[in-house]
Amino acid sequence: MRVLAGLRRAGLPYLLLLPALLLELLVHLVPMVIGIVMSFKDLTRLHIGDWGTAPWKALGNYRVTVDFDAPVGATLLHSFFVTCAFSVLTVGLCWLLGTTAAIFLQENFRGRGLLRAVFLTPYALPVYAAVITWAFMFQRDNGLVNHVLHDQLHLTDGRPFWLLGDHSFLALLVVSVWKTWPFAFLVVMAGLQNIPKDLYEAAALDGAGLVRQIRRITLPALRPINQVLVLVLFLWSFNDFNTPYVLFGKAAPEAADLLSLHIYQSSFVTWNFGTGSAMSVLLLLFLLVVTAGYLLATSRGRKHADG
Amino acid sequence: MRILRAATVTATVTALAAVAAGCGGGTSPGGGSDDSPRTLTYWASNQGPNVEADKKILGPELKKFERRTGIKVELEVIPWPELLNRILTATTSGQGPDVLNIGNTWSASLQATGALLPWDKKNFDAIGGRGRFLAPALDATGAAGKDPAAVPLYSLAYALYYNKQMFKDAGISKPPATWDELVADGKRIAKDGTWGLGAEGGQLTNNIHQAFALGKQHGADFFDASGKPTFTSDGAVAAVKQYIDFMAKDKIIAPGNAEYGQNQSLRDFATGRTAMVLWQAAATTFAADGMKPDEWGVAPVPVPSGTPGTGRQTNSMLAGINIAVFKNTHNLHGAREFVKFMTSDGEQRLLNKTYGSIPPVTAAQQDPAFDRQDTKVLRDTLTHSATPLPQVVEESQFETSVGTAIKDLFADAAAGHPVTTASVKERLAKAEQQMAK
Repeated sequence: MRVLAGLRRAGLPYLLLLPALLLELLVHLVPMVIGIVMSFKDLTRLHIGDWGTAPWKALGNYRVTVDFDAPVGATLLHSFFVTCAFSVLTVGLCWLLGTTAAIFLQENFRGRGLLRAVFLTPYALPVYAAVITWAFMFQRDNGLVNHVLHDQLHLTDGRPFWLLGDHSFLALLVVSVWKTWPFAFLVVMAGLQNIPKDLYEAAALDGAGLVRQIRRITLPALRPINQVLVLVLFLWSFNDFNTPYVLFGKAAPEAADLLSLHIYQSSFVTWNFGTGSAMSVLLLLFLLVVTAGYLLATSRGRKHADG
Repeated sequence: MRILRAATVTATVTALAAVAAGCGGGTSPGGGSDDSPRTLTYWASNQGPNVEADKKILGPELKKFERRTGIKVELEVIPWPELLNRILTATTSGQGPDVLNIGNTWSASLQATGALLPWDKKNFDAIGGRGRFLAPALDATGAAGKDPAAVPLYSLAYALYYNKQMFKDAGISKPPATWDELVADGKRIAKDGTWGLGAEGGQLTNNIHQAFALGKQHGADFFDASGKPTFTSDGAVAAVKQYIDFMAKDKIIAPGNAEYGQNQSLRDFATGRTAMVLWQAAATTFAADGMKPDEWGVAPVPVPSGTPGTGRQTNSMLAGINIAVFKNTHNLHGAREFVKFMTSDGEQRLLNKTYGSIPPVTAAQQDPAFDRQDTKVLRDTLTHSATPLPQVVEESQFETSVGTAIKDLFADAAAGHPVTTASVKERLAKAEQQMAK
C-alpha cells in the first residue's frame, strides 16, 4: 500500500500537467502536422474547398521548391539569402545598440529613468501602428526621411525611393532594428543587475579602464544571457512577417523579399498551398538545424570556459 | 484511482473540444440547404468612401428586404484588401456567409474552387432571367461555357478625367482622343511641379487594368485560347512599355507616382498638381477632396484611332462587383430571394446612383442620374468598348505577378534606370514563369 501511495504521489504532478500538455500538443502539433501533410499534396485552388481530396504529389512540391535553376526555386533561394543578410544585420545591430545603451545607463545620473522609458517606447507600441508610421515617413515625396536627408541636410542627390528598388532593404532593416533593439536593451540591462559591483571596484583598483572592465567582467558575465538573446533575436528576425507586410504589402521589392512574406505570397496570393507548405517545412527544418547547432556550439564553448 | 480517472476524462474532453473547435472545416461542399430560412449573412465589399458609409447606405435596404420577406440580413462590410483572403478562408473552412460580393475579375478563379453556387437557368429564372443584364457584364461572371458563378451587381469602366482650367491655361480646347494627343497635351502641361497624367504605380490591380486595355489595343490578351499565359507576346510587351513610357520617356507622369497605391493620384488631381487621370467613377472622391463637379471633365479613355469600340478599339477593362451565393448556405431560397432583391430595378437604380457605378441591369440604366457627364461616358464605355479581363482560373495570380512586374518597371523608370523593350520583356518573362505550376 505504501508503494502505491508513493507512486500516486509521484505521478500526481504529471497527471495534473497532462491536460495542459495535451492542449499544447493540439495547438502546436496539429497545425504543424497538417502543414506537413499539405506539403505532400497538390493543393491548389481546385481543391482548397475540401483539401482532403487533393491528390498526393509525393515529393513534387519539394522538388519544385529546391530546383534552384527554375523560377520558383531561384526566387526562393534569393529570398533565403536576403533573409540571412537581414537577420544577421538585425541581430548584430540590435545586440550592439542594446548592450551599449544598457552599459551606459548603468551609471546613475539625472534623467536616467526618462531615457530608459524613451528607449523602451518602440517595444511598447503596437507593431502595426509603428510600422505604418514608418511607411509614411519613408514616402518619397511627402515623407519625413527625405525631408530631413534631402531638404534639410542635403545628404542625397534628389529624393530617393525608400520603399521601392534597392533601398528597400535599408528601410526594412532600419524599421526592424528600431522595433527590436529595446528588447536587447531590456534583457542586457536585467543581466547587468546581477553582476556584483565589487568586481568592478576591484578591477578599478587594479587599474583596469572601462573597455577592459567590459571585456573582462561584463561580457563574460552576460554570456548565458547573450546566448539566449541572440537566438531569440535571430528567430524573430528570420521569421518576421509583419514588418515587410505592412511596409510593402503583398509583394515586396526583390531587395527586401523576406522568406515569411515570400512564403505567404507563394501560398495565399498564387493559391498554391502545396508549394507554400513545402517551403514552410523547409524553413522549419533549417531553423531547427541552426538552433540545435547554435545551442550545441555555445554550450560546449561555455563548458570549456567553465572547465 | 479516482483522481486518475477524473484527470483522464478532463484531458479527453478538453482534447475533443479543441479538435471540434479547431476543425470547423470538412463540411462537404455538396450544396446548400434551407435549414435556417429566417436569417442570412451578407458580406458586402467596400464601395463607399469607408466601411461605415456602406453600412449606412445598405442598412435601410436590408431592413426593406426584411419587411418584405421576414428574413433578417446580418451585414458585414469587408475592405478590398481583405476580401479575397476572407473568401479564400471561408472556402477552405466551409464556414462562409450565405451571400457575398466578389470583384468580377475573380469570377473564374473563385468558380474553380467550387465554393459558389452555379447560376444555371433555373437560378437565373428565379431572379428574372439572364436577359435583364447587360451582356458584357455577364461575360465577367465566370469561365465561358460554364454556368456563371455570380450575378452582376454594380458595373464600372475606366474614363479619362481632366482638369478643365489646367487644359484652358495650356491652350488646349478639347480632351485627347488618341494616345498621341494625350502625350502631346501632357507635355504641354507638365512643367514646374505640375504633371500631365496621374498613375498608381504601386497598386497592382490598377496596373493590370491599364495594361490590359492597352494590350487589347496592341492585339494582345495576356492568355491564349487554351488559357496559357502569353505575357511576353509582342503586343503585351508593347502595351506595358507604352504605359511605363508615359513616365520613362514622355515624362508626363511624376516619378513619385511609382509608389502611389492609395489613390494619391486622385488627390493630386483634385489639388491641381496633375491634369489627367484614368479612373473608374472618381466623382465622389474628387468631391471629398474639395473639387467641384464643374472643375473637371470626362472623356473616353483614348484609343489609337480616336474612336473607341470593340477589339483593338477596347479602351477599358470591364470592372465591377458581382453578387454570389455560397454553396454551403443554410438558406438557399432566402439567398436567391436576396439576390433577386438586390438586382431588382429599383434597388439597382438606388444603389448604383449612390455609389456612382452603372447598373448592369439594363432597365435600371434609364434613370437621369446615369446621364451625368461622368456616368454617361462610363455607361457608353461599358456598353460599347469595355472587355472583361480574361476569365481564366489563374486570374488572381496574373493580377499579382504582372501587377508586380509593372510596379517594378515604374520603380526602374522613377529611379532613372532605362526601360527598354528588353527590360520590359524580362520582367514579364519572370512574371510568366511564376505562373508555372
